Amino acid sequence: MKTAQGIARDVQSGESSATAELENSLSAIGARNEELNIFLYVDEAGARAAALSVDERVAKGENVGPLAGVPIAIKDNMCQTGIPTTCSSKILEGWRPPYNATVIDRLMACGAVPVGKTNLDEFAMGSSTENSAFGPTRNPLDPSRVPGGSSGGSAAAVAANMTPLALGSDTGGSIRQPAALCGLVGMKPSYGLVSRYGLIAFASSLDQIGPLSKTVTDAAMLLEAIAGHDPMDSTSLPEPSPSLVAHVNDGVAGKRVALVRELVEGADDDVVASVNRAVAALKDAGATIVELSIPEFRLGLSAYYLIAPAEASSNLARYDGVRFGLRVNGEDVAAMNEATRTAGFGAEVKRRIMLGTYALSAGYFDAYYGQALKVRTQMIDAFKRAYQQADLLIGATTPSVAFAFGSKTSDPMAMYLSDVFTIPTNLAGEAAISVPFGTGEAGLPVGVQLLGPGRSEAQLFAAARVLELAEGRP
Amino acid sequence: MTLPGDWEMVVGLEVHTELKTATKMFCGCANHFGSEPNTNTCPVCLGLPGSLPVLNVHAVDLAMAIGFALHSTIASSTFHRKNYFYPDMPKDFQISQYDLPINSGGYLDLPDGSRVSIERAHLEEDTGKSTHLGGTGRIHGADRSLVDYNRSGVPLVEIVSGPDIRSSAQARAYVAELRGILIATGASDGRMEEGSVRIDANVSVRKPDAVFGTRCEIKNLNSLRSLQRAIDYEALRQIDVIEDGGSIRQETRHWDEILGVTSTMRTKEEAEDYRYFREPDLVDLDPDQAWQDRIRESLPAMPAERRQKLTARVLDPTPAQLDGVEVVIDLGLEAFVNAAIDAGADPALAIARAANELAAGIDDLHNLTLESFSATVRMEQSGELSSTQAKTVLGELLASGGDPKAIATAKGYEQLSSDSLGTTVATLIEENPDEWARYREGDEKLAQFFIGQVMKVTKGRANGKAVIAELQARR
Repeated sequence: MKTAQGIARDVQSGESSATAELENSLSAIGARNEELNIFLYVDEAGARAAALSVDERVAKGENVGPLAGVPIAIKDNMCQTGIPTTCSSKILEGWRPPYNATVIDRLMACGAVPVGKTNLDEFAMGSSTENSAFGPTRNPLDPSRVPGGSSGGSAAAVAANMTPLALGSDTGGSIRQPAALCGLVGMKPSYGLVSRYGLIAFASSLDQIGPLSKTVTDAAMLLEAIAGHDPMDSTSLPEPSPSLVAHVNDGVAGKRVALVRELVEGADDDVVASVNRAVAALKDAGATIVELSIPEFRLGLSAYYLIAPAEASSNLARYDGVRFGLRVNGEDVAAMNEATRTAGFGAEVKRRIMLGTYALSAGYFDAYYGQALKVRTQMIDAFKRAYQQADLLIGATTPSVAFAFGSKTSDPMAMYLSDVFTIPTNLAGEAAISVPFGTGEAGLPVGVQLLGPGRSEAQLFAAARVLELAEGRP
Repeated sequence: MTLPGDWEMVVGLEVHTELKTATKMFCGCANHFGSEPNTNTCPVCLGLPGSLPVLNVHAVDLAMAIGFALHSTIASSTFHRKNYFYPDMPKDFQISQYDLPINSGGYLDLPDGSRVSIERAHLEEDTGKSTHLGGTGRIHGADRSLVDYNRSGVPLVEIVSGPDIRSSAQARAYVAELRGILIATGASDGRMEEGSVRIDANVSVRKPDAVFGTRCEIKNLNSLRSLQRAIDYEALRQIDVIEDGGSIRQETRHWDEILGVTSTMRTKEEAEDYRYFREPDLVDLDPDQAWQDRIRESLPAMPAERRQKLTARVLDPTPAQLDGVEVVIDLGLEAFVNAAIDAGADPALAIARAANELAAGIDDLHNLTLESFSATVRMEQSGELSSTQAKTVLGELLASGGDPKAIATAKGYEQLSSDSLGTTVATLIEENPDEWARYREGDEKLAQFFIGQVMKVTKGRANGKAVIAELQARR
């Protein structure tokens, strides 16, 4: 399949058309969506209209934008006017948002063509897309295995060549982990770089929208298109979108890269081997390599599983049957609320609402939520210290390659551990990228993770590009 | 009302005031009372999935103005979520302030010289409004409920007093004074009947110098009269319970305006655990010095200062005149009164006309100029107009503006010439010799008799003071 960069170039030059590229995309979806369960909704009519509009503008000689005619898959937790948006939850079944998320507006302004909404773990809570109320998504590289999660549908859409680009959201690793498991580039940008307006909240202080693609350059193009200040999001960074694509080939010469012991601890041997080869590749490209231990990283998982559920317990209160989505009637309002939420939410969502409610309760707040906030502060400080010694950090994205269906569903802790390497970045609000590097068990891809301080996206893309080239990818 | 024995009540008030901003606290929807239901709404104030709040800086301006007027400390503050389920609260949490409010500390001095401390005055958002139809008419047991989200997200400031209030009259005076401040700062229109100002009262009783008793909170008192009645009822109820050997349970109580009683809404055990935590969708609110200075410097004079200034213009004010001053301050009518006094009018008369006639026509005040008010008062004072005529002229001016002299002429209020009045008075004296004799012997009440007779003969065109002058000239 063509890259986004290639499509945009060809559509703008008239070599190809947005309509033709969209039809390729739609037939790829048609061919495998039933088997893989990637798209929950394909907006054929809307996408065709958008593609036609791009073609008309090209015909008029207009510069349509950097993503001219590029089909893109949208994780189904981002609002798009009139398009069913479910968060893979029965509680939102049938709801059609009356407004666009800021990222959707920005994509359209750049000429991109959103083709539909992809499956996820319900409300982005999970690491395998098995928690979807609409059934699990299969990994296109091995349909007996999970694509990762929660942005599993978005990752699978790109891995199955249905679209060259997809938007995911990353609260504790939900872009990077499925990117790793599907052999893709996936970035969690700095908190506030991309507007969250219209992203249905899981944990507001951790959520961040980011790109999934096959190539580093495509990811940089997508992020550049959606990043930058948005007055609708108070936590949005004040600056306009950074220049990213222009720096993709900046390399790593003279950069200090630290291999972090805690980011390979407990990982499978073939994963560790890939990380070590990546370190060597960066060194070959002129980076200085140091080794670091950041013990605070070991506390990340515990803190995350208090902070994220606490925020979620509040964010998900609004699904009460009063105004939108599912309503199951009851004797009175409270009974209706309870019946609606009991029927509408899946087991993992209920588990996290309970955990979060407990963590915030009077008498437990200090011991749980309060303590987790202290750990979060320590995590931020630990990163700061690390970035005095290195420009970037490196480690694994996940402890293993894609795992089989059902292998972790009975043990929530085992599932939670698949995010152990990605969570610290979310807690600190910083940036990280997963780039495919080498293979592991059954020839499945391994993801190597590069971490950087806030607003280091350009450096991260440049380092990821070095690894991409080292793997012999164009 | 005095409490039985040596019981003393201890009251602290939480006053919620809607801020008079053009738009809501976290979105661009109109903040307007009385629109068609659910017309001033958007994804943000409906709490739709994915929407995010953005703080309205004008709400912060007004909150700071209230803080300065209450001598509070303005500091860097944060927003918290107060979590509980309620159908008219779209997100099922309210964005409020918790441990770090924008205004902390302060005080309010009341006209009687007492001082009530202020604990805090913080920003929060209002909820929507439910209407329960059929059945009990309350949320439990109604046939159906309708929700209007126009009010959802309207900015509020909650002003929390210390437990310093010792009588229902003082509570009333506190709210009245606070209301004056809210109106003066432009923060609120102070309309209690529209719910712009709502009060919760924390009431307990104790013996002098004893520790505070267990308190009960009475929710949603929407008028000064309800406030006073509810507090009195609640204090007496608590005394009865204690004197009968019982003890007070900490609870939230509902005031029934019709029955005149409070009743249990929920006990402490049933109280919600609000699970407050920092609102992650908003950043800290840290108004810099320049912003604070701009608000402080633009603060107008507060009611206490204005009351003092106006009262100082009246020589030995009577209680009725002080009430008049209160109305003038409350409605912001000093400009009229001062203009009239400056033009030579009697302060008491100017205050009376403002506190009565202008207050009654307050909605039409834009038709009245300072000059026409001053002129009318002076015409009354000089005897050119009787008081009835002056009131009519003011009514006309308020209704449609114009020139007081022209209105008086058009109405046929030409002043009876003193010759003609003198003739009338002389005739009446002749016709009523007994009354005249008693008046001459010093019975002042008879002056009213003669005024009444003159009015009858002149069909109300005479001026009472002029009649007295004629009588005295002949005494």
